[in-house]
Amino acid sequence: MIKVLTVDDSRTMRDMLRLALSGEEFTVTQAIDGEHGLEVLSESGADVIITDINMPKLDGFGFIERVREDAAYRATPILVLTTESDPEKKVRAREAGATGWIVKPFHPEKLVDVIRRVAA
Amino acid sequence: MDELEEIKITFFQECDELLGDLESGLLSIDAGATDPELINAVFRAVHSIKGGAGAFGLEALVRYAHVFETLLDNVRGGKTDLRSELVKALLRAADVLADHVAAAKQGGEGDAVSTAAMVEELEAWISGGPVPTAPAEEVNIEPNEDGIVFTPIKLSIPEVDEGPKEQAWTITFQPMDELYSKANEAGLLIREIERLGKIEVELLDDALPTFDSLDPETAHFAWKVRLRTEVQEERIREVFEFVEGHCSTTIVREAPAPTAIEPAAGPDIAAIIAAAQAGDAQAAANSAPSEEATAIAPEPPAASLPAAAVPALAESMSSRGAPPPAPEKGNQATIRVDPERIDKLIDLVGELVINQAMLAQRVSGHGFAASSDVGRGLDELEQLTRDIQDSVMAIRAQPVKSVFQRMPRLVREIAGQTGKQVRLVTEGEGTEVDKTVIERISEPITHMLRNAIDHGLETPEERIEAGKPAEGTVRLAALHRGGRIVIEVGDDGKGINRPRVRQLAIDRGLISADAQLTDEEVDNLIFLPGFSTAAKISDISGRGVGMDVVRKSVQGLGGRISISSKPGLGSMFTLSLPLTLAVLDGMVIDVAGQTLVVPLTAIVESLRPTPAEVKKVGAQGGVLAVRDAYVPLVDIGRVLGFQTVDTNPAEGVVLLVDSEVGGRAALVADSIHGQRQVVIKSLESNYQQVPGIAAATILGDGRVALILDVDALVAMRRRELPRADEPFIEAAE
Repeated sequence: MIKVLTVDDSRTMRDMLRLALSGEEFTVTQAIDGEHGLEVLSESGADVIITDINMPKLDGFGFIERVREDAAYRATPILVLTTESDPEKKVRAREAGATGWIVKPFHPEKLVDVIRRVAA
Repeated sequence: MDELEEIKITFFQECDELLGDLESGLLSIDAGATDPELINAVFRAVHSIKGGAGAFGLEALVRYAHVFETLLDNVRGGKTDLRSELVKALLRAADVLADHVAAAKQGGEGDAVSTAAMVEELEAWISGGPVPTAPAEEVNIEPNEDGIVFTPIKLSIPEVDEGPKEQAWTITFQPMDELYSKANEAGLLIREIERLGKIEVELLDDALPTFDSLDPETAHFAWKVRLRTEVQEERIREVFEFVEGHCSTTIVREAPAPTAIEPAAGPDIAAIIAAAQAGDAQAAANSAPSEEATAIAPEPPAASLPAAAVPALAESMSSRGAPPPAPEKGNQATIRVDPERIDKLIDLVGELVINQAMLAQRVSGHGFAASSDVGRGLDELEQLTRDIQDSVMAIRAQPVKSVFQRMPRLVREIAGQTGKQVRLVTEGEGTEVDKTVIERISEPITHMLRNAIDHGLETPEERIEAGKPAEGTVRLAALHRGGRIVIEVGDDGKGINRPRVRQLAIDRGLISADAQLTDEEVDNLIFLPGFSTAAKISDISGRGVGMDVVRKSVQGLGGRISISSKPGLGSMFTLSLPLTLAVLDGMVIDVAGQTLVVPLTAIVESLRPTPAEVKKVGAQGGVLAVRDAYVPLVDIGRVLGFQTVDTNPAEGVVLLVDSEVGGRAALVADSIHGQRQVVIKSLESNYQQVPGIAAATILGDGRVALILDVDALVAMRRRELPRADEPFIEAAE
């Protein structure tokens, strides 16, 4: 089982992610913003993290930086949810420590594919 | 329901919330707030709507939201100045966005004309800001089939034949330290390449230092992969998309040499991948030497290195392994419950309240004193029942915010149509009221606001002349008072022109010319059917709806509406509603052996008339002299078919009621039991609709009692009068 943490302030997106990852291959935990993401991560851990960028309290960039500060998660793949219109955000996310990105709107099977691709 | 459909419902709910945030954020900015988080929140709202819309393929909504979002992104990035005109434009853009969402909800698309105009305006702002900037995306980049965006890269390779025939490529890549620090893995890259075709992998370990200078967190290895595939170079480059800049990569197409590669068994790819994933040191240890010369991974000195000797590496590996099981924990802030379950719970609590009342009645019938153990126990039960009822009702309670947040737009529209300048101030948005009430207060609030702006506020010129600021203020407030919710709509306009209202009422035969009315009574004449103070029926206050209709709908909710006014200073509508439509304050009466409930809000007063006050009119009809007016008598028992002969009003009780269809009427009953709060049970869902009956309830003694629909009852009575051709609903205008 691959343990996936998704961080997104949009309920719709969280539901979409949960649906896309509803297969037996994954267990999904969800957080509603970066701060909450850090809390959930410390409680539940994760093999792969998927995070939105634009969120209240702590945005995706800040969240990734904070996760990478923790030695336990230095090797955890972090995928960023981006829209096709913000390529520069992709670069910023990678500078923060993101492993890769998923373009919104995503096809569920492609999402699964990308997660498999980064999860050992 | 299909899960995706359920998410779509969530999406539209979320859209409503986001549109509310968007508007309130913009309004705060408009009011002068400068908190940068506000514009971020505004941006996020549009961004989230766009993101969700994309997931459901709502293309028109996505396209529009994208332009809107681009401008907001420029604003928050400081590229476009947030001037007052821009905030106004953004507010209008938010209205168009709301239209798009509403249209998408109905399966359609937003209005093309208004959208095109708004897009043009937004684009002008995008390009016309102080620092002209292009929209965020210069190239229309489509995600490839992996859902990965691939930014086009200029390639310096010669044009090649695009045919799908198999080609051989040599891919050399050398990860940098950063590659591993972003949790990417060389082994995963090799595995990805393997998915494209047949590969041979060669480990380049020239840079591997000796054991004593080995840094386990540094990248030492490079790989050379020979790939035979039919895919284009672009697909190969995609493999390296995540590691671009963190890995020096060369991809070279080999000259066609059909005999160069034998389809011999490749090296043990799995072993190499496993090795690469485990890190450089482990890679060296695990890569078994292969027969193929090209894939040999010589055994490095690190082969015998125990994992414990490289703690950082071990730590990194363990985090990749199975983590300790932890309880799944989602967002615990809220839980979602099917509203039907809550409705069911409320019904059950209603039953409990009835049951408790029945029990209390039976126990007192057996002569237990209130101070006895049983009596005290019942008191506690009653208290608990009430607490449960309040708590359960609180589950379904919602803040009036959802209604209030739709009003700024309405105010903008009316202001635009009337040429008035209006500032809307809202208070008490967090005031909670039952969902059943929330759903029905929007309309009266809308009418009150229309009335306040159209009739209450003066034009800017008139205001300046009167020494007031050009911009009028309309205040919309909600508060709890005496177990009810009170909605106030006030304006700082000219107030009610009492002489004119009085004259109009006389002209229209609503009052006699010599009627002595207090100021308050004059003000409330505007609620009478057939009264309209608008000099001309405007688009706004017109629409065939006068304040009388507003009052009717408010009374339908068990509410009351009144107006107070100060000449030159403004008017205030006060609307008071029950907190729920699940219970009702009623008067329990007896009619022809039946127990009935009359909603208290409809009753003006109850009387015991003297025979002299009752006048017969025709065979069945009659009127009652109440002070200096005659009020038609309505025999409840006969109208509902309980009896064929009228009860003599002088022997029974008369309830004076205000009905909207026929004005004041006198309901005749046999006797009155008293006032009681009853739980409303729908008759339609349990039986069927019955004319003259609004609903049913169960009384404390267990009997079912019907709740009267006073308006319908009076209308039924009018229909059976000889002059049946007379329209029984008087013109509202």
